[in-house]
Amino acid sequence: MKRALAVATAVALAGVAAGCGEKPTVTVYKQGQYQGKPDKQPWDNDRFKGDKDAWEKAVKARNLGQNEYVRVSGS
Amino acid sequence: MARMKFLADAERCIECNGCVTACKNENEVPWGVNRRRVVTLNDGLPGEKSISVACMHCSDAPCMAVCPVDCFYKTSEGVVLHDKDLCIGCGYCFYACPFGAPQFPQDGAFGLRGKMDKCTFCAGGPEPDFSAAEFRKYGRNRLAEGKLPACAEQCATKALLGGDADVIADIYRDRVLKRGKGSEIWGWGTAYGKPERKPAAQPGAKS
Repeated sequence: MKRALAVATAVALAGVAAGCGEKPTVTVYKQGQYQGKPDKQPWDNDRFKGDKDAWEKAVKARNLGQNEYVRVSGS
Repeated sequence: MARMKFLADAERCIECNGCVTACKNENEVPWGVNRRRVVTLNDGLPGEKSISVACMHCSDAPCMAVCPVDCFYKTSEGVVLHDKDLCIGCGYCFYACPFGAPQFPQDGAFGLRGKMDKCTFCAGGPEPDFSAAEFRKYGRNRLAEGKLPACAEQCATKALLGGDADVIADIYRDRVLKRGKGSEIWGWGTAYGKPERKPAAQPGAKS
């Protein structure tokens, strides 16, 4: 009887101890890094030859051209 | 540095689908793929409203977050692009996107899902600018030509604006102030407050 009690106690203690060894199961997501081919800047080509200011000027003119209030009045 | 965005004005869109056609023509988009669509609310009823929808080039793009092969990248102008050589066509980006922007060409006898295709803001992709490979995979690179997306530039009523967010926001704000309405859908009241209205005169009250 004593022997059975001792075995049962040992098993219970082992079970309790095993619970302490559990690892957290929550996944931590990390932001991925782009794995593809590198792309160049839109002004790094034959048209603008790396001239960022010229590219920005061209795009800005196009941007402002969408405002018909300005286009119609000519101001 | 410019931060490229689209802005669709529901008060001006006449559902002509010119933007859809211009996009398909400019980029020679394959059959069955629509990088841009015109969505109409209350179609056929008085007061119906339409807006043109494509990739909105989100600042915190969910497609980038869910891609298992990390094939997305964001350019210095804020344009969300992807590398088709890396894409596996899994469709996660389609489920993540709130605008339904990612499209998948159907190919093969069993309708295989091809590599994802979406609006590039007419900025091509990670191939040499103006190369045949870039045009075949991603379409025309108008941004590298110093131009804006074809859909926005051809819009007859200028309902669809595209370009530097600050500039097109100014254009839209100016427009709304001049016409005095039509900004409700974009949360104008939340952002700038509602115009003050004088309380109605009480009957019998001295004015």
